[in-house]
Amino acid sequence: MQITQAKTAQSPWRLDHYFVPLVIFLGLLAAIVEAARSPDPRMVMQAWTFGACMAAFGAWYMKTYVGRTPADEKNFYADAVIKAGVIASTFWGIAGMLVGVIIALQLCFPHFLYFPDLPWTNFGRMRPLHTSAVIFAFGGNILITTSFYAVQRTSRARLFGGSLPWFVMWGYNIFIVMAGTGYLEGISQSREYAEPEWYADIWLTLVWVCYLLTFLGTLWKRKEPHIYVANWFYLAFIVTIAVLHIVNNLAMPVSFLETKSYSLFSGVQDALTQWWYGHNAVGFFLTAGFLGIVYYFIPKQAERPVYSYRLSIIHFWSLIFIYIWAGPHHLLYTALPEWAQTLGMTFSVILWMPSWGGMINGLMTLSGAWDKLRTDPVLRMLVVSVAFYGMATFEGPVMSVKAVNALSHYTNWTIGHVHSGALGWVGYISFGALYCLVPWLWKKKLYSNALVEWHFWISTIGIVLYITSMWVAGIMQGLMWRAYNEFGFLEYAFSEVVLAMHPYYIIRAIGGLLFLTGTLIMAFNLWKTATSGQPVAAAQPVLAAEAA
Amino acid sequence: MNHSWLERNSILLLIGIICVIAVGGAVEIAPLFWVGGTVEKVSGMRPYTPLELEGRNIYVREGCYVCHSQQIRTLRDEVERYGHYSLAAESMYDHPFQWGSERTGPDLARVGGKYSDQWHKGHLIDPRSVVPESIMPPYKFLFSTPLDYRDVQALLKTNREVGVPYTDDQIAHAKDDLIAQADPNGDGVDAFEKRYAKAQSRNFDGGNGAEVTEGAALIAYLQMLGTLIDFKAYHADAPENRR
Repeated sequence: MQITQAKTAQSPWRLDHYFVPLVIFLGLLAAIVEAARSPDPRMVMQAWTFGACMAAFGAWYMKTYVGRTPADEKNFYADAVIKAGVIASTFWGIAGMLVGVIIALQLCFPHFLYFPDLPWTNFGRMRPLHTSAVIFAFGGNILITTSFYAVQRTSRARLFGGSLPWFVMWGYNIFIVMAGTGYLEGISQSREYAEPEWYADIWLTLVWVCYLLTFLGTLWKRKEPHIYVANWFYLAFIVTIAVLHIVNNLAMPVSFLETKSYSLFSGVQDALTQWWYGHNAVGFFLTAGFLGIVYYFIPKQAERPVYSYRLSIIHFWSLIFIYIWAGPHHLLYTALPEWAQTLGMTFSVILWMPSWGGMINGLMTLSGAWDKLRTDPVLRMLVVSVAFYGMATFEGPVMSVKAVNALSHYTNWTIGHVHSGALGWVGYISFGALYCLVPWLWKKKLYSNALVEWHFWISTIGIVLYITSMWVAGIMQGLMWRAYNEFGFLEYAFSEVVLAMHPYYIIRAIGGLLFLTGTLIMAFNLWKTATSGQPVAAAQPVLAAEAA
Repeated sequence: MNHSWLERNSILLLIGIICVIAVGGAVEIAPLFWVGGTVEKVSGMRPYTPLELEGRNIYVREGCYVCHSQQIRTLRDEVERYGHYSLAAESMYDHPFQWGSERTGPDLARVGGKYSDQWHKGHLIDPRSVVPESIMPPYKFLFSTPLDYRDVQALLKTNREVGVPYTDDQIAHAKDDLIAQADPNGDGVDAFEKRYAKAQSRNFDGGNGAEVTEGAALIAYLQMLGTLIDFKAYHADAPENRR
């Protein structure tokens, strides 16, 4: 498959050779101006961070592109950027889960794990660090990486834009660094999963448009007549996230020299905008994007075509149409008008159908290859993730029914629900993709299948501990809050309910620790695969659809 | 209908996706901006005083919303535990809203006036000294950090740009009002109280009053939460309030 394409390398003038350095230069300039002129100490720190990132990126760019053509550009597929994405994903996965374990322990042992004079160690600043690190840093890098891999193979074309994919990769990770350091410094918009302030949002918008362009451009160059189904999902994810990100982050900065901004919307309108965003961050970032992985990596690892083409079409359009409506189920019984609550609940229940349609399509792809689940732990991880997807997308509609939500909302049940999706679905499908990608990219045999087994079982026990403890804790919490005694008074003080959570918080932390342990085992396995695995010369398996 | 049209043309596919995702948002969110009665007509709501606004910024900065909601639902036990259910009007000046999604700690929508300033200070410095079961982080540093209010006028102005009805007078006196609210013995208290109905001028952090701390601003914010609306003048059963 090593078809060399000399044309790109010899091209005398390339837009990306001007665009990327120009962005780096302007970024550096903005950082210097902010650092020199800003009266806001937090902005000064962010400016230095951003400036350092720009300098590092600039140095790397000069070393790689000035006066030479990198070796990767002589290959048919752009794989170097994907390798970088694999490493970034693994790193952020470990970092994000580690922060998760730390904040879980803080809730167990507040006497020991809080420091009265170190504001950045407090739960309120660390929790956004955890959520952003696992969703956007780990998940986002996985999505960019796998989409870059899949779109090239299914289009039989090199990534569009020369060094533009590298800009996407660097730029996105620089956004993560800005967001994460910002949270610890106390910079937050207080919009869940959209905490970064206006300047980081602008940067992400730029990076995201380049991501869309890279993806679309690759589709334009494709040598296959049809756009493969995985790419529909990736495209829907990229476009919708762009729309959600821009609308939800509309804000007025206090000054261009300060970090603080005020959102354009207020109160009830703002709440629904945020949860339209928040729920569709789940729907499009954590679902549509990762379904792209299902539709590419599962058929490939199972060496079977997707179960049903027709079901793929129905799954795709119904999923993206219905998901968008589900936001109001985060606001049931609140000051949101009743009609909007009812709409949100109704569509959330309907959403069960396309979700399970997709699950069936994913699982049934194993038709005729079920025996591989016994011998291939990587495939098992991918398939179990789809099973968790089915479970979480059943639980979600149940929780969005008003009568259930009255009990479950504001409790740890929500946390449990999120994590059955995040650990079981997003986590496992990502791990499965990484276990596929490292051998494919480094052209090595996976170092140890036994370690994959260990990873699988340790993290599965972790997930079970996590979600069962949070179910019990959440339902108990909801029941205690609404319990009345024989005299008709509320039975429990709030603090008594907090105390009752203690054992479950400990079980949850243990579950999280096990999951993190599994991820560390994976990192070791991947590292050994890349550095000392047995080389394989054979080409990767080819999708039936691709070969046709 | 032939799906291969969409499968063969990335731009058609892109346009198709945008149209399909636009429907839900357009039908659900857009009407909230113009359907009458989405936000109730109430008496008593006013924009935050400069000190309260600074306190709110600290609330946002420290991520209080990740554990505390500010939204009492229309459920019997919540109304009995926290007070009258939250009205949309109560957060109409909140950029952004702070309804929250979790109750790792209790709801704060009506925490104003429930505890003394002293209690809040003790609780923020060491939560477990007043509530042994608490798992809240300590915020001792707030009481040793002077409030940086150099830009308070710009904060009010920005809020006005996004729709909060601050008057020219309120913006012009933002700094004076902040100082007046934190120091009841200083000048300008009367003028401040005239500009902001029901606002209280107190020494919120029990300090010497010469230096306003971040803790004082946060307590000023907490102590006004949920206290503004005149519920005697609000009738939930009135036709205009049924939603």
